[in-house]
Amino acid sequence: MNIFVCVKQVPDTETKITPSGDGTFIETSSIKWIMNPYDEFAVEQALLLKAANAGSTVTVLRVGSTQDTEALRTALAMGADEAILVEGQDNLDSYMIAKSLKGAIEKSGKNPDILFTGKQAIDDDCLQVPQLLAQMIDMPSVSVVVGFESEGGKVTLKREVEGGALEVYEVNTPVVVACNKGINTPRYASLPGIMKAKKKPLQNLSLADVGVSGDDRRVKYSNFQLPPEKPPGKKFDAMDEGKQAEIVAEVVQLLRNEAKVI
Amino acid sequence: MINFELSQEQKEIHTMAMKFARQEMIPKASEYDQKSEMPLEILEKAWSLGLVNTCIPTEFGGTGFSTMDSMIITEALAYGCLGMNTALMANDLALLPIVIGGDDVQKKKFLTPFTESYKIAAFCLTEPGNGSDAGGIKTSIKDGGDHWLINGQKMWITNAGYADLFTLYGTIDPELKHKGISAVVIEKGTEGIEIGAAEKKMGHCCSDTRSVTFKDVKIPKENMLGAPGDGWKIAMKTLDHSRPMVAASAVGGAQCSLDYATQYSKERVQFNKPIAAHQAIQFMLADMATKIEAARLLVYKSAWLIDQGLSNTKIASMAKAFASDSFMQVATDAVQIYGGYGYSKEYPVEKLMRDAKLIQIYEGTSQIQRLVIAKEVLK
Ligand SMILES: Cc1cc2nc3c(=O)[nH]c(=O)nc-3n(C[C@H](O)[C@H](O)[C@H](O)COP(=O)(O)OP(=O)(O)OC[C@H]3O[C@@H](n4cnc5c(N)ncnc54)[C@H](O)[C@@H]3O)c2cc1C
Repeated sequence: MNIFVCVKQVPDTETKITPSGDGTFIETSSIKWIMNPYDEFAVEQALLLKAANAGSTVTVLRVGSTQDTEALRTALAMGADEAILVEGQDNLDSYMIAKSLKGAIEKSGKNPDILFTGKQAIDDDCLQVPQLLAQMIDMPSVSVVVGFESEGGKVTLKREVEGGALEVYEVNTPVVVACNKGINTPRYASLPGIMKAKKKPLQNLSLADVGVSGDDRRVKYSNFQLPPEKPPGKKFDAMDEGKQAEIVAEVVQLLRNEAKVI
Repeated sequence: MINFELSQEQKEIHTMAMKFARQEMIPKASEYDQKSEMPLEILEKAWSLGLVNTCIPTEFGGTGFSTMDSMIITEALAYGCLGMNTALMANDLALLPIVIGGDDVQKKKFLTPFTESYKIAAFCLTEPGNGSDAGGIKTSIKDGGDHWLINGQKMWITNAGYADLFTLYGTIDPELKHKGISAVVIEKGTEGIEIGAAEKKMGHCCSDTRSVTFKDVKIPKENMLGAPGDGWKIAMKTLDHSRPMVAASAVGGAQCSLDYATQYSKERVQFNKPIAAHQAIQFMLADMATKIEAARLLVYKSAWLIDQGLSNTKIASMAKAFASDSFMQVATDAVQIYGGYGYSKEYPVEKLMRDAKLIQIYEGTSQIQRLVIAKEVLK
């Protein structure tokens, strides 16, 4: 079985983010990068599937800059067999990333039987790549997957929907599966795994190699900004017996007209 | 000529070990400390991920870490919990004499099982009457013809209650002083081993510390490491490896103390500003950070010397003394920065201060390290 996993490298959640001078991205020089946490579920699911299907290989794909290859190395250390890196800036839009991944799959010379991704990347939160990629490579896709079973050429997927309900899909492979928290517990990259990962193949491709150019850009970033600081909460003194009715009326008015939550 | 950057692989080892410390150890550290119980499940998980027994060479099933790699791992594990780290590190202390003084048959027999499943080892040097003066140990190793006969009592033995294997230092003749000291391996279940009650300790409470009495314990002749009388040489070489490791654990504990104190100082408001805005607190944080950085460099240098095949005795003792004394100071200051809350078991720095104290005592007290350093300086 040819199992593919797409992983993104994102800033560690504890990293302090500052927009870059020209506003087109964030300052990346002092960022600690990690594998996108949802992608860890994707890697784990790929490894579980490999373990259940002797002779399978797990290929990890990533599009991004090379200054740090944390995400791919972690995936290899967890047990993936090979990796392909498409070198590009870290601020490509979803369309360019999906198209690059499609190109990388073609370059791998293998036809995916199943392709795992995280349901979203925690940096730009676009939630688009799995679906765009599925469309481009002509596969069905299911996202926010919290349950996975595979038998023969079929997978049964449980998908979380609003209100905690589950939808169950039975899909023929090949299929793109975008994983959510709850599908599994990602393993640690063991230390022997880290040592072994050094020797696993890592192929480097350029955007040109995968047929992507600046013309493919659909979204141009021009003005990254930090969110405005939260104004301090309002306090009301309702201890004074006589004023309570008045204060309740004021709070309701504010909730309705200012906070717009009721 | 000088490069302070960790290799890509070492950075990954660090990231992974810190993740383990944060996710598996820190959330359970206080609980196991308060019930004084070995967290076997966590320790076994650490083993399964390759974080334990880093001294075992690849030929015998080990992962093939450099001494420098093992410093990075130990610092991270100690960051998670000093007590759990002591339980894990004691394995290395007990296995190192085999790595250093054993022949290939002994290494295969005693080390390889530790790479196949989680096993626990204990290092038996200290006696009720001999601690710092380890050269004066009295436990006797007598030639019984086809076996060695062991008699004596060991004190403060980490992991004793759980050990699958004991590495023991004794003497074939106390009159011979250092030249009589010999090292042997004793397997669990050998008749005549009596394990004492668990000591009630100030810190490292989740680690297991007991006395062990050996009464007419017979072991095969082939369980002696090197020749009779080689023990002292083996012990000294072991210390060159183990002292940097213990020092690395002090750096981990100190870093953890600083991180807690830094965080708290930004949150706690007094006189209408975070206490971190008061210069007296800032200076404390600055001194803590400086001590940690200097201690870490000593640890790295002492490990680097071993990896280069150079003598590190002086630097290893400097690392052990400086890192453990620094940890004690840093942990004390962390409690100070927390104020009254720091004195409560509800907050993590109280445990760190108790845990720090032991690092100045075991593997050679801070005074003994200074004796070693002075001897080297005056050579
Ligand atoms: C929790 C715990 C776990 C331990 N685990 C192990 C273990 O697994 N295996 C093992 O073998 N041992 C272990 N030890 C023992 C430890 O290594 C000894 O406690 C330590 O070496 C000190 O020996 P001592 O306690 O006999 O103190 P002593 O040697 O009696 O020292 C008392 C004081 O006198 C000072 N002193 C002694 N001699 C001199 C001198 N010449 N000049 C200046 N000052 C001096 C010391 O620095 C110390 O301050 C452990 C101890 C503890 C508390």
